[in-house]
Amino acid sequence: MADFLLELRSEEIPARMQKGARAELEKLLRREMDAAGVSVSDLTVWSTPRRLALIAGGLPLETDAVHDEAKGPPVGAPDQAVDGFCRKNGVSRDQLEVREVKGRETYFAVIERPGQAVADLLAAAIPVIIRDFSWPKSMRWGDASISSESTKWVRPLSGIIALLDGEVVPCVTDGLASGRDTMGHRFHSTGPITIAGADDYAETLRAASVLVDHEERAGIIREGARKAAKAVGLTVVEDEGLVVENAGLTEWPVPLLGRFEDDFLDVPPETIQLTARVNQKYFVCEQRAPDGTTSLANAFICTANIAADDPAVVVDGNRKVLAARLADARFFWELDQKKTLAEHAKGLERITFHEKLGTVADKVDRVAKLARWLCEEGIVKGDPDLAEQAARLCKADLVTEMVGEFPELQGLMGGYYAAKEGLPVEVSNAIRDHYKPVGQGDDVPTAPVTVAVSLADKLDTLASFFVIDEKPTGSKDPFALRRAVIAVLRQIEDTDLRVRWSALFEIATEKTYQPYLAYLLTSIGPGADGLEVYRWPEFPDQDEEYGVTADVVFAFRSDAKFVSDAIARANVDLAVFLIDRLKVQQREAGVRHYLIDAVFALGGEDDLVRLLARVKALQSFIETDNGKNLLAGYKRAANILKKEEWTASDQGDASLNYVPENAEQALIDALAAAAPKAASAVTEERFEDAMAALATLRAPIDAFFEDVTVNDSDPAKREARLNLLARFTKAVGNVADFSRIEG
Amino acid sequence: MDTQLQATPTLARDPARSFQDMILTLHDFWAAAGCVILQPYDMRMGAGTFHTATTLRALGPEPWNAAFVQPCRRPTDGRYGENPNRLQHYYQYQVILKPSPSDIQELYLKSLAAIGVDPLKHDIRFVEDDWESPTLGAWGLGWEVWCDGMEVTQFTYFQQMGGFDCKPVAGELTYGLERLAMYIQGVDSVYDLAFNQHGVSYGDVFLENERQMSKWNFEVADTDALFDLFVKAEAECQNALSHNVPIAAYEQAIEASHIFNLLQARGVISVQERASYMGRVRDLARGSCETYAKLNEEKWAKDYPEWSLV
Repeated sequence: MADFLLELRSEEIPARMQKGARAELEKLLRREMDAAGVSVSDLTVWSTPRRLALIAGGLPLETDAVHDEAKGPPVGAPDQAVDGFCRKNGVSRDQLEVREVKGRETYFAVIERPGQAVADLLAAAIPVIIRDFSWPKSMRWGDASISSESTKWVRPLSGIIALLDGEVVPCVTDGLASGRDTMGHRFHSTGPITIAGADDYAETLRAASVLVDHEERAGIIREGARKAAKAVGLTVVEDEGLVVENAGLTEWPVPLLGRFEDDFLDVPPETIQLTARVNQKYFVCEQRAPDGTTSLANAFICTANIAADDPAVVVDGNRKVLAARLADARFFWELDQKKTLAEHAKGLERITFHEKLGTVADKVDRVAKLARWLCEEGIVKGDPDLAEQAARLCKADLVTEMVGEFPELQGLMGGYYAAKEGLPVEVSNAIRDHYKPVGQGDDVPTAPVTVAVSLADKLDTLASFFVIDEKPTGSKDPFALRRAVIAVLRQIEDTDLRVRWSALFEIATEKTYQPYLAYLLTSIGPGADGLEVYRWPEFPDQDEEYGVTADVVFAFRSDAKFVSDAIARANVDLAVFLIDRLKVQQREAGVRHYLIDAVFALGGEDDLVRLLARVKALQSFIETDNGKNLLAGYKRAANILKKEEWTASDQGDASLNYVPENAEQALIDALAAAAPKAASAVTEERFEDAMAALATLRAPIDAFFEDVTVNDSDPAKREARLNLLARFTKAVGNVADFSRIEG
Repeated sequence: MDTQLQATPTLARDPARSFQDMILTLHDFWAAAGCVILQPYDMRMGAGTFHTATTLRALGPEPWNAAFVQPCRRPTDGRYGENPNRLQHYYQYQVILKPSPSDIQELYLKSLAAIGVDPLKHDIRFVEDDWESPTLGAWGLGWEVWCDGMEVTQFTYFQQMGGFDCKPVAGELTYGLERLAMYIQGVDSVYDLAFNQHGVSYGDVFLENERQMSKWNFEVADTDALFDLFVKAEAECQNALSHNVPIAAYEQAIEASHIFNLLQARGVISVQERASYMGRVRDLARGSCETYAKLNEEKWAKDYPEWSLV
């Protein structure tokens, strides 16, 4: 048994790629060793900015001789199949044996593989691993790059260590030969470092100021940042992503705390944190006031890659850079406030939302009208004026300097600027929060004005892209429409909005008519004699008055038809899309899709709150004993009716010309009591009560099937009983279509 | 400011106390490394990368090592001399090494040491930063080099130029001279930099220039004339290309690019038009690169049998 060490040394690997690279290295080594018949169990992969390293413990020095047989395709099978079989088993076609299996001539591969030196296998594998290694982006370099075929790596590859049991595994890639030398820390170590074997690799590098284990470096940064903050009475704002990134930027991490001028704390803390994190990769700190509230402190923690002669010099340099960044942020903050949000919003006229749907200003106009409508209709209990005001300003921050610099701050900055301007708090909060919910874990807005703006924005986005037929397909969803529809669903559900979604989509899609038509018409260009191309919307009947050419009139009419068709189609597609997403969403929440189908099958249901209440009541009911048995009874009844092809002529008439059996009378009575109860409960949306009413039918229907013969020889009895079952299924079916329910 | 000339000049350079000494030290260093020391290209351009010594020389198989200072014009970055870090005119130090040598990072770090940056006192880092210039049909991978958290150099391995694979790959180093000097001299405003060892500051040389040029860029420049110049440069580029003189054509592409930047600063190009103008400049630059490559292809292929254009 022996340990194998592989180090691929390169110029600085981007921090964000190191995790993936470790996984890739492990995957490729395992793939190659599996193919060579070497079992690899104990495997460690490390990364630093300048190296990827792998240690495979307990490898054999030689593989076992292998005798194996594999049954292949029959003789006469297509060449493709036979070749594939040969390739899979590493034999050539003329090595195949033909044997008879159940009377068919069949190919067999007999594989005899003598034991091989693992060192040889590794020597062959390393160049393959390098060649096949997949980086998010890779490059060519140096003399060899005169050919397009030269080795590609994330940055120039500068050294290979390959040691099995302390012996060099010799291999060469593009002129780079494996050996046992590497380099230590770029500045704390000089000249090559010689590695004896896998055992001493990490320690030899440690002596050369390189901590090869990324986890160890992450730990130092995490703990070091905490300690540095604690030492001055602050708390570091934890950021694991930043810990990992800094571990990927250093071989010898040294967290250092510095201070910046208090004045900068006037700008919103999010901007400070963002510029510190994104641009400089610094942690920020919080301070706790005597009353227990926390606020951002004027401190940052940078992670140096050296044990500096004088850390204060490094800190001071970093402080200056951060100060310049914060000065920029403050400059933007102050500059942006020189204009009102309404003035900023004018700039949206210059930003295209989508070439077919006009500018962002056009979108904002649609959103504002929609938000107002939501309030006026009472769907959202917000003030229509405030909702419209907030909607008209909600995208204004997109053209501010601050959001230009930090797009992540969209919404948030608008909220700050609105508050500074003294706009109503409902408005500033709505601007701030209207993008929510951004992800699965994010909060859904609850403030009515925010709900109106947020919902209107998402409805418009959905309507817009569906009308121009930019629907998500497969894994492609460039406009994040799935996220938008989920947000709509969550908004309706969480805040109990009573509205038909088809009505929402109708209103939203209708608003795209004008801009879409305008796009189609302007794309024709002006008429030959320079006349205006169209007058919308009063144009079609006024050809004479406007003196427009016949061609253009025709174009207008066909385009107008095209757009109304597109809108009609979008409404259908949107409903399908919503229902599809709803099922996915509910499945993740543990709801069986057939329960949703069982409610949808009743037809016409597009009130989400009612739908979900019904589904929820149904789900609870179906899980009870009564529910399960009633379902069984329903199915039995439905099957009988189906088998008999029974279409009751008069299901309502329960009068009998014979004396019913006890169980029969019991069911008749139970049904007479339960059916109206269930029906009124459904009407009043008391779905639990409807289920409870159905539950009273369980015992009677069970007893009925136990004691009563449906297919009685007396045609009158048979008819009455089939009618009874039909009434039963109808009563049950009013609550949900139980035939859709599995189980 | 000491305007008296020295009667007996001494040649002692002090990059830590003089902007020009820093430049001269870099010249010494890269000259000693084997580079051709060029003077700036005599046209207005947004970055040293536009210099023909970078773009055109990045094409083809011939080795090429050069270093030069290039004044850069970024009209929209002008701040009327009121911002300590932002200028509409500043200097880049460009080094282009083709093929990229295997010790290019070490060479670069030595050049930093030569101008007084000690890597045990200052935290030097290579942080991922890829470069792409749609205008030049070019991209490369590399880093921004950090010195105590400040970006002091852009380090790029060119992979494509003018739409062609770089064969071989060239390494490009772009030092931001002012910010590096501010760092080394320990000053907080670019205008406080010592330009020489005799009391002349950067502000003495450039402050008034920044004021006037910012005003011209943002407020004064005649936009009709600029639009006209753009169209003329575009036409002249095509004229040059049709006569197979791609270097002359490329100069017109540089001109068009700068005129476009001026129009941007004047705020007369809408967001929608912007993409279209950039596309026009790109077509000029790419056309020039393509004609340049095609013109030389036969000779290059003859001298370097292992090479091919595509």
